[in-house]
Amino acid sequence: MLIRYLSQIGKYFIMLKEIFNKPTKWSVMKQLILKEVDDLIIGSLGIVAFISFFVGGVVAIQTALNLTNPLIPKYLIGFATRQSVVLEFAPTFISIIMAGKMGSFITSSIGTMRVTEQIDALEVMGVNSLNYLVFPKIIALLLYPFVIGLSMFLGIFGGWMAAVYGGFTSSPEFITGLQTEFIPFHIAYAFIKTFTFALLLATIPSFHGYYMKGGALEVGQASTVSFVWTSVVIILMNFILTQLLLS
Amino acid sequence: MIEVKNIVKQFGEQTVLKGVSTRFEAGMTNLIIGQSGSGKTVFLKSLLGIHTPDSGTISFDGRIYSELSNDEKRALRTEIGMVFQGSALFDSMTVEENIGFPLKMFTNKTPAEIKERVDFVIDRVHLVNAHHKRPSEISGGMQKRVAIARAIVNNPKYLFCDEPNSGLDPKTAIVIDNLIQEITQEYNITTVINTHDMNSVMEIGEKIVFLKNGLLEWEGSNKEIFKTDNAAVTDFVYSSELFKRVRKMYLEDDVK
Repeated sequence: MLIRYLSQIGKYFIMLKEIFNKPTKWSVMKQLILKEVDDLIIGSLGIVAFISFFVGGVVAIQTALNLTNPLIPKYLIGFATRQSVVLEFAPTFISIIMAGKMGSFITSSIGTMRVTEQIDALEVMGVNSLNYLVFPKIIALLLYPFVIGLSMFLGIFGGWMAAVYGGFTSSPEFITGLQTEFIPFHIAYAFIKTFTFALLLATIPSFHGYYMKGGALEVGQASTVSFVWTSVVIILMNFILTQLLLS
Repeated sequence: MIEVKNIVKQFGEQTVLKGVSTRFEAGMTNLIIGQSGSGKTVFLKSLLGIHTPDSGTISFDGRIYSELSNDEKRALRTEIGMVFQGSALFDSMTVEENIGFPLKMFTNKTPAEIKERVDFVIDRVHLVNAHHKRPSEISGGMQKRVAIARAIVNNPKYLFCDEPNSGLDPKTAIVIDNLIQEITQEYNITTVINTHDMNSVMEIGEKIVFLKNGLLEWEGSNKEIFKTDNAAVTDFVYSSELFKRVRKMYLEDDVK
């Protein structure tokens, strides 16, 4: 079992190396990157916006409902919303949601190409199929921090809407909370995590799709396994990066 | 011309190819036949460079594949066209884009030149009204024609076909067989076809290689296959009553 896991991890790193070998012609790659930006980034904006806005609102309401002691200032609603959204919700939990959305899309599309011999066709033609299929995804996901930035903004905006229009606090108090004890490094920490998760989101689902064996049923299974492993690795990396950067 | 010398391929304990040697001439349709598990697919994949033989050599017009550098191997691959069993067309591209793909990837042709060449091969494989359709919107026979067009668009020296007739009705299968043979002769390509289809063997088998248990059991032409007394070949090729009768009639006609 352990040897199998180690061999898979080794295979994953060999794949990473192979992605950067023998690059595809730039005129072709350019179009592939734009297509991936459309599929992976633009296609995710709607769901990210929706989830972030409402979860930000829920965080603000939950915080407000728990502030029963009159000595605790109401601006803490804004403070708690900012900390929750910027530090964890936007970078980590949106990434786990994206492991389901983007990840299963990547695994199933590459897996289908594997079972229908499209990857073999690329290889026989002399194309580095890993570079052709995975490299554009990595480049497209360099824009992932933009998605997370949007999630942060909408999460806080949702919190403000819920707190102010729900009658839990006033707008100036909420904004005071947002500005209280603001540590700029927290933003850097969030975006370091985001870049790391972007690389994981592009490569782990690609690995599961590229090396899958079998038919249509196995494509579905590979998508599920890919989601589980991407989430597990994101959570582990979240823990490691938090220890390294914030402890 | 492709020359294969004594290739051996093992997977774990199992030896799938046990020293196969043969030669595939240019301008001829060369067929590989044999029962399931005889080593046909491994043989074809070894020719394509997907499997690396444990010993023996494969040379493409004198270039021994195992002795080529990575760059030379890549250059050789651009001289190879392949028609996959399931066509392996790219779902995300139209017929026109699928066919133009090797040109876009490996040549410096302008879009206008690519379009001109694509239109030419589309016409050559007799595809009608399919330029802007996706593979899922066309029939199996049309998909095979697109796969052939994609395989020949970059003027390959070597054409490999894996079960090109599978899943096709008999009439379309004959059309595809004839198309491959015409193209082979017209462009002097070295064509190697892996097939189970005995109609193809009879129709276009200018050279037939019969594999059994990883060994080359017999080789000859479609004329010679009628006359052979090799029991393994006759058992395999003439396993149906229809083909037994065809063979009997052919031999009777030959005596007359």
